[in-house]
Amino acid sequence: MTANVVEAHGLTKRFGSVEAVKDATFSVAEHSICGLLGRNGSGKTTLMHLLTGQEFVTSGSAMLFGQSPVENAKILGRTCFIKETQTYPDGYRAKHVLRAASWVFPDWDSALADQLVAEFDVPLGRRVKRMSRGQRSAVGVVVGIASRAELTIFDEPYAGLDAVARHIFYDRLLQDYGVHPRTILMSTHLIDEVADILDHVLVIDGGRLIIDADADELRGSATTLAGRHSAVQGFAEGREVLTWDSLGGLATVTLTGLSDAEKSAAQAAGLDVVPVSLQQLIVGRTRGAAREEIAS
Amino acid sequence: MDDARPLFLQIAEQIEGQIVDGSMREEAQVPSINELAAFHRINPATALKGINLLVDAGILYKKRGVGMFVAQGSREVLMSRRREAFRSQYVRPLVVEAAKLAITPRQLTQMIEREAGR
Repeated sequence: MTANVVEAHGLTKRFGSVEAVKDATFSVAEHSICGLLGRNGSGKTTLMHLLTGQEFVTSGSAMLFGQSPVENAKILGRTCFIKETQTYPDGYRAKHVLRAASWVFPDWDSALADQLVAEFDVPLGRRVKRMSRGQRSAVGVVVGIASRAELTIFDEPYAGLDAVARHIFYDRLLQDYGVHPRTILMSTHLIDEVADILDHVLVIDGGRLIIDADADELRGSATTLAGRHSAVQGFAEGREVLTWDSLGGLATVTLTGLSDAEKSAAQAAGLDVVPVSLQQLIVGRTRGAAREEIAS
Repeated sequence: MDDARPLFLQIAEQIEGQIVDGSMREEAQVPSINELAAFHRINPATALKGINLLVDAGILYKKRGVGMFVAQGSREVLMSRRREAFRSQYVRPLVVEAAKLAITPRQLTQMIEREAGR
């Protein structure tokens, strides 16, 4: 982990009066598997378009491999961007897509592509336009893995893929990454499924980057306490509260930054202490932000 | 893998567990980083971090170009460490729950003895 493959400084994109990405500053380290998470319309796709030079920035800068990606063939040849809604020329069949990919990506592995095509059951002779959503996603996944590009960006790579196909995707991605390390930036809604393969997490909400942390740091950073109202309140005082529910004499609260000693103390006070998964944490954080905006 | 603690700790603990219960013997070879990552479906960097934790603690050692092996005497080291953790991890929650249910320490002791005698 030496250099940063992706660097963004004050990245901002405005469409008319809508600010889709607001002042985002972050980096993605070499050989990281980084998750870009957030709700629908939070700006994930726009951010990916800015990083790959498919949209012009309003202000700030996006750099790949230390250079601007805009109209930069040298940089873009080292990058593979699998879009959620990739369009291909009319009449293109899956085999044409794979052949074109083999010309574009210098490290393309056609044996791996053949293997993946078989595993994902991609109908090579079918026109991409006629494919189901899942089949189209599978074509993208095959290209994304077999291209072995130094930087691979997946935008919701598995819309329409069933659970079996998704698990093949995780397995093959990890397997090939183990032998050919590369940098991967991936957006997804299925946070629980990918949580364990990510080493870094970026969370965007309303165009703003709200979490930029190592996955290990986030894991276990929040805790849910449940029990008697008064006891729960005592622990919640003066802390960042993500969620708060109460029913009669009972309360449930999700807090960040409890030390191990404090967790033991809560347990000793008769409270249930439950760790919060990455998905729950992000739901808590992004929902909280939405609530604040409504209130203000 | 549970959600509570960092994954690399869980990887380290799982290997420790296998050493303690004897399924991984001293001087045995440990799975490679990529094998661990593929098996647990986790990031290889995370697996490496877990393994390095055990290498730093002297539980595992590296043979250059060959792989990772369980060090001599590591089982005893792990056992004594686990005994220390036993009180906070198991006994304390047991006592707290027993108190909630109005089970006296004496009754609790009897229950433990009965369970152990089964």
